[in-house]
Amino acid sequence: MPEESILTDDFLRELMNVGEVDIVVGVPTYNDAKTIGQVVQAVRAGLLQYFPRQRSVIINADGGSRDGTQDLVRAASINDMRQAAGTHALRTLHCISTQYSGGASAEGNALHTILAAGDLLRATACAVISPDSISIEAGWLEHLLRPVFRDNFDLVTPLYRRHKFDGLLVRTLIYPMTRALYGRLVREPYPAEFAFSSRLGNYLLNQEIWTEDVARTGAEMCLTLSAITGGFRLVQSFLGDKARVDHAPADLVRAMRQTVGTLFWSLDRDFAIWSACTDTQPVPTLGTEQDLNLEPLRVNRKRLHQMFVRGVSELEPVLKSLLAPATLSALQHIAGVPEPEFCYSDELWVQTVYEFAAAHHKAVISRDHIVQALAPLYRGKAHTFLALNRDASGAQVEDNVEALCRAFEQLKPYLVEQWDGRK
Amino acid sequence: MWQVIVSELTKATHDILRSIARFLPRLVVMLAIVLIGLGIAFLLRSILRSILRIAKFDKLSEHAGAAQLLHKAALPSSSELLSRFVFWVAWLGFILLGISVLGIGGLQEHVARFFAFLPRLFAALFVFFFGLLAASFFSRAALLASVNADVPSPRLISATVHTLIVFCAVSMGFEELGLAENTVLVAFSIVFGALMLGMALAFGIGGRELARQFLEKRFVRGKKEEKEDELSPL
Repeated sequence: MPEESILTDDFLRELMNVGEVDIVVGVPTYNDAKTIGQVVQAVRAGLLQYFPRQRSVIINADGGSRDGTQDLVRAASINDMRQAAGTHALRTLHCISTQYSGGASAEGNALHTILAAGDLLRATACAVISPDSISIEAGWLEHLLRPVFRDNFDLVTPLYRRHKFDGLLVRTLIYPMTRALYGRLVREPYPAEFAFSSRLGNYLLNQEIWTEDVARTGAEMCLTLSAITGGFRLVQSFLGDKARVDHAPADLVRAMRQTVGTLFWSLDRDFAIWSACTDTQPVPTLGTEQDLNLEPLRVNRKRLHQMFVRGVSELEPVLKSLLAPATLSALQHIAGVPEPEFCYSDELWVQTVYEFAAAHHKAVISRDHIVQALAPLYRGKAHTFLALNRDASGAQVEDNVEALCRAFEQLKPYLVEQWDGRK
Repeated sequence: MWQVIVSELTKATHDILRSIARFLPRLVVMLAIVLIGLGIAFLLRSILRSILRIAKFDKLSEHAGAAQLLHKAALPSSSELLSRFVFWVAWLGFILLGISVLGIGGLQEHVARFFAFLPRLFAALFVFFFGLLAASFFSRAALLASVNADVPSPRLISATVHTLIVFCAVSMGFEELGLAENTVLVAFSIVFGALMLGMALAFGIGGRELARQFLEKRFVRGKKEEKEDELSPL
């Protein structure tokens, strides 16, 4: 049994005390003391309000926080919440906290723990909520879990109302590339919040991915891609505002490992599927479509441009081993263009990404180095995206993303050609 | 008198003939060993060449930077070079084995010394090759990390890491071979010490501003710099 190796004895004991449940809500944490109380309260309120008859458990999988996150989760009292919300649970709502191994560098182990616990408790539906989601409302639980319960969907991915410049990596690479190659229109392939059925949970649990590095860093992405390739029923559910969390700046390289690294790795595994996929299927959406917040935002585009130019020049020996000479020379050409006129075209970006994917497949150099080398180039594309959409309306931003998606789709044969061809 | 001379000559001739008769089978055995050795060395070279081709050794040495070095020196590919090296070492081993069969005084010791040296030679080559591989990997890692962290002079950092590791590997290789151990050790200590001192001075005197900025960025909260990472990539 896969869960035997990941669940500790104490945690198993606690799970056995809980017994079988209908719903598992997993909250993976690592030093999230500032936000965890609010998130756990919202989760509880959601379960009490929308699923009072279901047997539920909240499982906090912690990476070894040193700021008392686990204590906060344990200390949160269900009675206070009941009184505050004026709701009455018909069943006991359990809350368990456990530690997963590996800490912040192995976030995927948190999902593995939640999956194993859900499997052991025979939960019909599992939801995972990010501890960063400070704008979470009780209704999110309903939007995520109801489609699994009511309509037998296997994976519910979120849609948010977020700033037009948030989630740039997803918008300029992960979403268009996943859509072009796997043929499913999933807006958030690397979801922060999502729900899944026991069928999909078991399927993923039995996949041979848990010993791979990719499962430790990008398990959420693996879940989405496995749901697509496994033919599971997908749905997107609009949750509402995704607030910007004011904490330490996000680490771009880490984000790229979690998403781009996982996507490139999956391409290797799923070659037979994505190379045969010719059309794009929409995914049903519950609630409104992706909504954009257009508030003005000050972004230092000059710095993005500088970092792109510096990356192209300093990484030349590395890029030479990854890119076709024509692509590298085109990059060097645009790196010489002054910042106001700088433009990293969709076609060149797609070509770059596909050549990186092929180099990753061939393991031309260390695969982690390939992912890292893409970061400065992504900064160039982010600059162009920001400049192009500076004064754009929501619809115009969507049009530009759509154009990028089409470029990824049109150049798909180029990736297939690069895949087995010699550079 | 004449009879004595004839008798001595006859005896000497007999002795020579006996020696030749004793020596000839050994010579034949030696030639056989050398020929068999040649065959075995050929076989070893072919097997090794195939194994290296399957294991994509040329690609590995390309990653290690060894292929570029060989190319600059107008030498064949690293798998070809290693195969030839193994061929010559194997054949030379058989030649020496054959010579030892001849029973020539003094040669036995040299032959034994040669065979005792072989493991050290292979160990030195192993250390050198993996040193090159490690130098290439870590210098690239340093280059990428420096570029992504926007640290000044990434190529200098990368080249420093590369040089240090190569120097370390070469000195370890020489130590394994037992060549100029003390000289290499002293040279390594001087270079390493000088480099560390230079870096400390450079960072302390030349990089005061950089160190201040780094520490401020790391520990002083509230001073928010406008930068791209404030955009959430996910």
